[in-house]
Amino acid sequence: MDHRPQAWGRPRDDVYGAYDHSYFQNTGPRQATQAPIVTGTSVIAIKYKDGVVMAADNLASYGSLARFPDVKRLRVFLDSSVIGFSGDVSDMQFLDRHLTELSIDEAYEDPSSDNKGHLNAANLHKYLQKFLYKRRNDFDPLWNQLLIAGFDGDAKPYLASVDLRGTSFTSPSLATGFGSALAQPIMRRYAATEEDAAKLTREQAVEVVKECMKVLYYRDARSLDRYSIAVVTKEGVELKEDEQLEKQSWAFAERIKGYGTQTV
Amino acid sequence: MTSIGTGYDLANSIFSPDGRNFQVEYAVKAVENGSTSIGIRCKDGIVLAAEKVITSKLLKQGANKRIATVDRHLGIVYSGMIPDGRHFVDRARDEARGWRDNWKTPITTKDLASRMGGYMQAYTLYQSVRPFGITAIIGGYDSELETPVDGEVGSGPSVGAGGKVAGKKHGGPFLYMVEPSGLYWGYYGAATGKGRQAAKAELEKLDLSSDGESSLTLEQAVKEAARIIYVAHDDNKDKEFELEMTWISGADGPTKGRHMEVPEALRKEAEKYAERMTAKDVEEEEETKDSGDKMEE
Repeated sequence: MDHRPQAWGRPRDDVYGAYDHSYFQNTGPRQATQAPIVTGTSVIAIKYKDGVVMAADNLASYGSLARFPDVKRLRVFLDSSVIGFSGDVSDMQFLDRHLTELSIDEAYEDPSSDNKGHLNAANLHKYLQKFLYKRRNDFDPLWNQLLIAGFDGDAKPYLASVDLRGTSFTSPSLATGFGSALAQPIMRRYAATEEDAAKLTREQAVEVVKECMKVLYYRDARSLDRYSIAVVTKEGVELKEDEQLEKQSWAFAERIKGYGTQTV
Repeated sequence: MTSIGTGYDLANSIFSPDGRNFQVEYAVKAVENGSTSIGIRCKDGIVLAAEKVITSKLLKQGANKRIATVDRHLGIVYSGMIPDGRHFVDRARDEARGWRDNWKTPITTKDLASRMGGYMQAYTLYQSVRPFGITAIIGGYDSELETPVDGEVGSGPSVGAGGKVAGKKHGGPFLYMVEPSGLYWGYYGAATGKGRQAAKAELEKLDLSSDGESSLTLEQAVKEAARIIYVAHDDNKDKEFELEMTWISGADGPTKGRHMEVPEALRKEAEKYAERMTAKDVEEEEETKDSGDKMEE
């Protein structure tokens, strides 16, 4: 009988034969995310004269299954910026925790009651762009596309996106996923250029975003009619996380031909 | 200390025959010479205040903060050897971060005090180290709300109470003081440093322990904290000082559960109040002195 501590708790060699250590090795191939699993669909955002409006629905899908219907995909950073996440929800949670740490680091440096000297949206966007690009270079990307809304160093409204490859854009209006095909053209009608966006009022911007959310719900099969909407102003962030799409009209559906069991 | 020179004070981790650890007692001496800091726990929050003696005119005003943020809802102020305090704060931040990594939730004030008490105590055990030359006051407001765990995205389907007791009160303001021996206790009001005697006497006059009408509100506590620092500074009058104050309220209060510097306007107001009150005290003292002289005549 083997009395060495190394053998404690192991099957006895004289009964079961030598312990097969091959089950215990961890030298296999390194694995990284190959595809997102639980996903959020489009995030849309548009600038207006005093800030930015952003929206995303509250659904996390598991493939085509509408798995989690109360998922909050807009996150507030330091009361001054909003980040909208589309793509993998677990990677979003990882990023969210990372951003929580980052915001606590900020509190160490500057415990004063105003937000002066804190990371603004432009700083945050650059940080996240580097972060996601680094993960891409490790061949272990975070499977998200993010929109970041807030203000830049000159206190002008700021809106930018970054995706799982680290590609970043900035534009008066932005949308991720399906929204880039369905919502972007609508938003460009109102804010094609920075000058146009600077003429929009808050009410107009909110109205455009709501209209886009409605179109997305009509045509995107991975979407939901409950959504979150955030308005970023100089005063801070107003976030509503349980909104219902209003005034839906499915009359257009009657005219759609050529799908399913229709015979006409 | 009659036992000085007997050799029992040469090393940490050695008791004297009458059961004392002299290194720890000397560390307490280092604290007693440090500038005053205080903490107040009132019904709706925490106030931390520090007397920052100006050692040189070349130091920038308002720079070199003495009160540190550990997590969003936690602050620490300390008296004694500043570098020891800085290291103590670093460790507290590591503890708070480690707690979040493990449990995905903010550390409670009590747990942080326990961790830091244990850390201080470890520095009384070994030959290779010396005790901390600080006494630290840890203040925090544990959230009274239902807070999501870090990274939580939704609450899932509603399936009843989930083990929660309806109407139970959670969180609230907490104040702890950790001494060089590692001893830590919870307090309503805590004071340490050079002016601690005067400060403690003033703190005892405040109504901090009741929830009633007469108990101090957070705004009043800010003013009283300023006054107490001014009173405690009295013995040390020839030296200029700066007052540093931070506060933590509940989620519905002015800081929304976060540890923040007291806004400049309120601090100025509190300082004015403190100056007025201390000036009045001096006047009264002089009056009694005058009448005393007359009596002798």
